[in-house]
Amino acid sequence: MPKPTIIIENVTKTFGDVVAVDDLSLEIDSGQFITLLGPSGCGKTTLLRCISGLEEPDNGEIVIADKIVFSRKKGISLPPGQRDLGLVFQNYALWPHMTVYKNITFALEIQKMSKEDMDQRVKESLAQVQMDGYEERYPREMSGGQQQRIALARMLAYRPSVFLLDEPLSNLDARLRIDMRTELKRLHHDSKATTVYVTHDQLEAMTMSTKIAVMKLGVVQQFDTPNQVYHYPSKLFVADFIGNPKINLLEGRVSGKDLVQVGKFHVPVNTKDASGEVVLGIRPEDIEISLEPVEHGEEFIAYSVLPSGADTTIIARQGEFELSVKEIGVSSIEMDQKIWLCFRKDTINLYDKQTENLINAG
Amino acid sequence: MSTYSLAEAQDSLWLARLRRFFRWLTTPYVFLSLIMVVVMFYLVIIPLWSMFVTTITVSELDLRVIPEASLGDMTSYHWRRMLIGQIAKIMTYEPLVNSLVISLGATFLALIMGGGMAWLVVRTDIPGKEIIHMLATVPYIMPSWTISLAWKVIFKSTSVSGGVPGLLQFFTGIAPPIWLSNGALPIIIACGLHYYTFYFLFVSAALLSIDSSLEEAGDLAGASRGRILRKITFPLVLPAIASGFIMTFSKTMGTFGGPNVLGVPVGYYTLSTMLRSNMGIGNYGDGFVTAIVLILFSMTTVMINQKLIGTRRSYETIGGRGFMAQKMKLRGWRPVFIVLIVIVQFSIAILPLAVLIYSTFMLRSGNYSLSNFTLHHWIGQSDLSINQGDPGILLNKAIYRAAWNSIRLSLWASFIGGVIGVILGYAIVKGRGTRLSKIVEQLAFIPYLIPGIAFGAVYISMFTKSFFGLPPLYGTFALLVVVSVAKHIPHSSRTGVSSMMQVGSELEEAAAISGANAWQRFKRIIFPLTSPGFVSAFLLNFITTMRELSLIILLVTPATAVLSSMTMRYIENGNEQQANAVIIVLIVLVLIGNAIISRFRGGSLKKGLESSK
Repeated sequence: MPKPTIIIENVTKTFGDVVAVDDLSLEIDSGQFITLLGPSGCGKTTLLRCISGLEEPDNGEIVIADKIVFSRKKGISLPPGQRDLGLVFQNYALWPHMTVYKNITFALEIQKMSKEDMDQRVKESLAQVQMDGYEERYPREMSGGQQQRIALARMLAYRPSVFLLDEPLSNLDARLRIDMRTELKRLHHDSKATTVYVTHDQLEAMTMSTKIAVMKLGVVQQFDTPNQVYHYPSKLFVADFIGNPKINLLEGRVSGKDLVQVGKFHVPVNTKDASGEVVLGIRPEDIEISLEPVEHGEEFIAYSVLPSGADTTIIARQGEFELSVKEIGVSSIEMDQKIWLCFRKDTINLYDKQTENLINAG
Repeated sequence: MSTYSLAEAQDSLWLARLRRFFRWLTTPYVFLSLIMVVVMFYLVIIPLWSMFVTTITVSELDLRVIPEASLGDMTSYHWRRMLIGQIAKIMTYEPLVNSLVISLGATFLALIMGGGMAWLVVRTDIPGKEIIHMLATVPYIMPSWTISLAWKVIFKSTSVSGGVPGLLQFFTGIAPPIWLSNGALPIIIACGLHYYTFYFLFVSAALLSIDSSLEEAGDLAGASRGRILRKITFPLVLPAIASGFIMTFSKTMGTFGGPNVLGVPVGYYTLSTMLRSNMGIGNYGDGFVTAIVLILFSMTTVMINQKLIGTRRSYETIGGRGFMAQKMKLRGWRPVFIVLIVIVQFSIAILPLAVLIYSTFMLRSGNYSLSNFTLHHWIGQSDLSINQGDPGILLNKAIYRAAWNSIRLSLWASFIGGVIGVILGYAIVKGRGTRLSKIVEQLAFIPYLIPGIAFGAVYISMFTKSFFGLPPLYGTFALLVVVSVAKHIPHSSRTGVSSMMQVGSELEEAAAISGANAWQRFKRIIFPLTSPGFVSAFLLNFITTMRELSLIILLVTPATAVLSSMTMRYIENGNEQQANAVIIVLIVLVLIGNAIISRFRGGSLKKGLESSK
């Protein structure tokens, strides 16, 4: 087990009456790529700014690489420049009055690096982001995607041991975003720097992270690998937030041993000791479709069929009751056609309706 | 837990608090804000207080009239004398009424002309918009009493006792009546014509920023043109009109030049000229009462105005810069408006200067024929029978000294003002949302509420004696710099704030992450990015200070005289041509200064004007 590089302990940050980060603790291991994921206003950016030192928490303690960078109790708060970290801003924050070269060497000059070393670093870091030869450009002379790369190069050049990235891809168009995801993951793989990445885009989180911290209202709801977060969301909020198309959340009540009544039918679930009101979480791709009546199959109508090339989403209805189902490839099902749906016991997650916590993972 | 470790824990708690406090204190914006609070206290709050104290303290001069009192006693003598005594009517109430009449009149006139012209230029198909725009900014480079001087040249009249004929009387033989040559009406017209520039700039900027879709939406809803104008357009430009009102009103309340040129000769006093005459005879107690009355009235009006219209409620962010789909067609009215605008702009921007220049070539006042033509007032050798023996102004050492003083004063004041503006802008913007930032912002606004001449008066009381470690500054050049900087702090800080707002906070944060300390961040990031704003503020301050009179008239001495105060001295000595020649020199210097400074970094007067509102 590598020891944690960043330790966040009971950190709270309020703005007036708004609690942005609420008594939050988190340990981030060395060399990991951690994503803070959540809807806007969940406190993810505030947490990142607290780590960076741009924001001073109201309470708690933050340790980076064995160095206490913030402690309310001890009255310590190191300025951002002394925390050995780099930050890429959402809107890049390149200095408009400086060339790319000057932007990159700004931090190096402060460290009083020699001219030759600086030239070397600029060359290296521009090569890392595939922007060789752009030294003399001004930020306004480059496209958004290029500015983004320069912002990355500016951080890479002074080799901080922690990378912080605040929604770095959100201002890019969809196509570029996918390219940059690849680059970022590669960059992390090569540099091995501990990375904290803020985003509201679950796809970015899923594809790049070693671990995801899903946040809501200043509290971490689940901190786990992408796989765990997707397949075994520990809370209804997480289950609902992750996944596209959305997970099916079915309200029901335990009607017998390993059986939950949902609407007019029963679903086989591993109920453990649960009783009373529950919620079932079923991913659309975990539902099997049959075109003919089958045993344990429930009859539905294909209300809408939405092909997207690689897969097809079918919105199935039974009276008021609606489910999304995902089929790989192009579906032969037509709208208003009768279909039969089967649930697989081992893919269904069971949640307590009151506490919204996971009772039993399928 | 032992008592020892308890005590230790207590200790470290205190240490933590101390560290946190120290960190708060050394946060750049906090540190700068606190310095600014101290500076504002020195420059504004304490002088105001010390002025008030003077009015209730027995002075040496008072000992003769209050026999039983001794020096330094508290007394209500001055307040009673000025507010309820026998002379209260002449000393306070009549000037007060006159000041209000003039200020409201001039403001109203400026509103009609500036607002109307803005509407014509922005919203109709009137031709020659560029020229109209350019000519509209001309008053800004002229001292505010230029038009008054020109008025005097044209409408002077033998109806006034001891008067000589002006141009009008000379050529027509009709002596203009006193109400036309001197007093309320001429002052209102002269001030209104001068200050309409503010309205024009503010309202046209506001009209430009209205998205025309807002009006089109009204159009689609079936509203008539008049209704759209009343219900949509007018409310949207109301904040601009309010800003123009505050500016014009408080400037006219505190203006000294116009009333001194056109009012005093016929005994028509305003609070500003009354204040000057009391201070002139050394009666500070009485003078300060007048100053306080002036300040209170000007403040109250501004505040009522803000309450009623709510200038703080700004619409400017809504809509953005709209695309004007269609300009209103004036059709048959077009020639009428063209003629009107030509007449108005001619009589504001061209006629006064032409008349003034013409008058400087007239040897004797009151005779405008070619036989009286001379260059004496410009390049003549000393002749005891003319101008008390002063040589022509281009040979006059006193003029060169005054010109140098004007330039030196303006450079110093605008440089220091610009620096303070940037610092205030930084402190206010970075601290936005904190109580400290609000306090700084409000303190910086106070000089705006104090009319120019009263602001000058405030400084007499404070700097006649040494005070809080500062040497007695009265009579020094430094005092003129201090008062000019202090009076223009509201403008400087507004410019500072608006240019700081354009620098995203993450640019400084990125530098902080890179390890730059506060000074490095300021030097390498903040200052380079805000310098166009700094240049604009500098330019605006330079021009304002060059032609400033009301503010410094009470503070200049012969050694520190500037060009603007020289014109007043000559007018008061009856040397009209000399005064007019000096004002021409002043305007030329302002133009040169403007041309030089706007070369730098693309700062411009118009930008400065717009961002300072």
